Amino acid sequence: MYSFDPTEEQQMLVEAVKKYAANDLRPAAHDAEESRELPKKLVSKGWELGLLQASIPEAYGGFGERSAVTGVLAIEEMAFGDLAGTLAVMTPSLFAIPILLAGTEEQKQAYLPKVIEGDWAPYTAALIEYAFDFDPLALKTTAALEGDSYVLNGEKAFVPFAKDAEAMLVYAALDGVTQGFIVPKDAAGLTISDEREKLMSLNALPMYRVKLDNFKVPIANRLGGASGMDFEPVLASMRIAAASAAVGVANAAFEYSKNYAKEREAFGVKIAQKQAIAFMLAEMRTEIEASRLLTWEAAWKLDTGKEDAFTEAYLAYMGAVDMVMMVTDRAVQILGGHGYIREHPVEMWMRNGRGFAAFTGMMIV
Amino acid sequence: MPIEFETPKPIAQTQFVLKTVAEEMMRSKSRYFDEHEHEIPWDYIEFMHTAMKAMGAGSLAPQEKGNGHEGGEEKKEKRPPIAYQSLAAQIEALAWGDVGFYLCTPGGGLGAAAVQAAGTPEQRAKFLARFAGEKPTFAAMCMTEAGAGSDTASIRTRAVLDEKTNEWVINGEKIFVTAGDKSLTEYEKLGKGFIVVWASIDPSAGRAGMRAFVVEAGTPGVRVTKLEHKLGIRVSDTAAISLVDVRVPFDHILGSPTVEKTTTGFKGAMATFDATRPLVAASGLGVARAALEFLKEKLALNGVQIRYGLPRQKLTAVERDVIDMEIMLKSAWLMVIKAVWMADNKKPNALESSMSKVKAGDVGTKITQKVVEILGPLGYSREFLAEKWFRDAKITDIYEGTGQINRLVVARQILGYSGAELR
Repeated sequence: MYSFDPTEEQQMLVEAVKKYAANDLRPAAHDAEESRELPKKLVSKGWELGLLQASIPEAYGGFGERSAVTGVLAIEEMAFGDLAGTLAVMTPSLFAIPILLAGTEEQKQAYLPKVIEGDWAPYTAALIEYAFDFDPLALKTTAALEGDSYVLNGEKAFVPFAKDAEAMLVYAALDGVTQGFIVPKDAAGLTISDEREKLMSLNALPMYRVKLDNFKVPIANRLGGASGMDFEPVLASMRIAAASAAVGVANAAFEYSKNYAKEREAFGVKIAQKQAIAFMLAEMRTEIEASRLLTWEAAWKLDTGKEDAFTEAYLAYMGAVDMVMMVTDRAVQILGGHGYIREHPVEMWMRNGRGFAAFTGMMIV
Repeated sequence: MPIEFETPKPIAQTQFVLKTVAEEMMRSKSRYFDEHEHEIPWDYIEFMHTAMKAMGAGSLAPQEKGNGHEGGEEKKEKRPPIAYQSLAAQIEALAWGDVGFYLCTPGGGLGAAAVQAAGTPEQRAKFLARFAGEKPTFAAMCMTEAGAGSDTASIRTRAVLDEKTNEWVINGEKIFVTAGDKSLTEYEKLGKGFIVVWASIDPSAGRAGMRAFVVEAGTPGVRVTKLEHKLGIRVSDTAAISLVDVRVPFDHILGSPTVEKTTTGFKGAMATFDATRPLVAASGLGVARAALEFLKEKLALNGVQIRYGLPRQKLTAVERDVIDMEIMLKSAWLMVIKAVWMADNKKPNALESSMSKVKAGDVGTKITQKVVEILGPLGYSREFLAEKWFRDAKITDIYEGTGQINRLVVARQILGYSGAELR
């Protein structure tokens, strides 16, 4: 059957996330971006919504079961409030979800309860590399088996909270295949940049470069153990997370510019009464819907293990990248000169929007 | 029910069956009828009539009991209604075969949809029973006039009540009536059809005075004056119809015979569009899918594989195009499904319905245009059907409200504006 109604449980969660996005994330977004700092309390409050905790089974200290559909519903609403804040709140998922999906029983036991038992703590992951042709399925960072450990070489970029990380997942190519490696705090041979990444947006989110110079990881720390992991489901979950966050950012820009257009007068009418503006808004809304539904379907396919789930997640992500750029660009255009001023959030959303082309690996559901 | 995207079994079965029909009865004849405009595809019409009767679906228009896929047997547990979803899937599958042929599918079409949406139970019984009869039967919707296309409120056709005989007297000229010829002209092989004519019963009242009337084939004064020569969908007849002192019984009016200060009458027509726009969108997407599948087959034959999963920077231009087209097609289809799912579940869907049409209009034209482009000489050649699909798909962005009118509807919905506030 087809159905587009979230369950009651999902609806309650979405409502709670909506509230947090509207009352906490959005009001803090501008100052956080300008001051390059996210209030700790803000992140803790988002953590207390329990999105990750609800994705982890009781056996590992959580109280639920992972659902990609629930994940994309929640992320969209949170990103509607603010993207940087959302990424910060969800950063521990980057570490925990791949372990849940691909870890050995020992790895799950060892890490999952630790991540979720207390307050938000900086557990993170390093996938992105500083190259124009960065490809999660063809990493330049390498891993090679030497004796009883893997030796990692390369450099990772855009790693959130790397500096203070309790532990992180590092992805590297082992015989050309992307694999994950669990890296504890203060490991030797791993250098974290002193300076934070300087990016076009997400200034509130502390991100770092991570260098691996003949960095040794015991076999037991390879995600999935000696036999390794299937990276595809992890990548697909990253892609739909990014897609749903893109939908959230786009929707924020759409709503804001729509409301602006209904207030702003020109030539004696509200500018929304001009077809030139109204048609832009209609197309924005239409493309948001298209992207949202494709993301939902991909999430549902992941949850139900459909054969084409990975392709679908890829398509949802690729579509969302274009959609969010188009929508956020138009939002700025609708506000005209005012859209270009940083007092309005649309220019930030436009900067966020372009980022989705490079954000694979910064969020996961 | 939670969010779910599983194609319902009955729909999947129908799609499977219709694929064969599309290949055997439609694709194989596509070119012939494209080049013999105004010839009637009798084989297809008769086959479809027989097949639909066998399936228990007398008409492609959703019946009150659904399309025989649910309800009926009380013993079965109650399943969610899927009549519109089923219909959208059938239309998409048939349009994949040939959208012009699909428009020649006997049954009520838009005419029956109007009766279904705006008629009383008596009227539905009276006018819709014929589609389950012995002979294939057509009905059509007459809205457009030479001076009124998308601006349907400017319709000049008039209906005046003759109080002596209690009949409506209709005068006017209609154009662009899909299947108008098969609905009105008395062909031996066809049952008696009808047209639904939109006319004003009070021009001073503007939209509030708009009503639809059922005019039966054979009614004196109504005749087909012209069959259009078109860019595409050539097998489907597009008629101009003249109505001179056409008299119909009082109860052939759909909706209230009196004019209130409201625009209920006009909204009746618009409600019909809410139901039919996603269906038209579905037909456009069928054509787009045909074109995209054809392109992928041709590319594969020439050793071009689409490497899904790569970042944009590593894809070839052709791969990027194909991937973008798949994104467009899949998401547009989901928008159709959502709109008809809402219709099935009696949720107001004016926004979703128009959005699905906006999207399908864009997607249908863009994909077919791109496919012809990528295929180069093969795309442009009439030895293949790509160029025909390019011509056929364009109609999706025009009929049942142009892309622009649908953008207006979407904009009004999202802005909460009336027609007066956003013209």
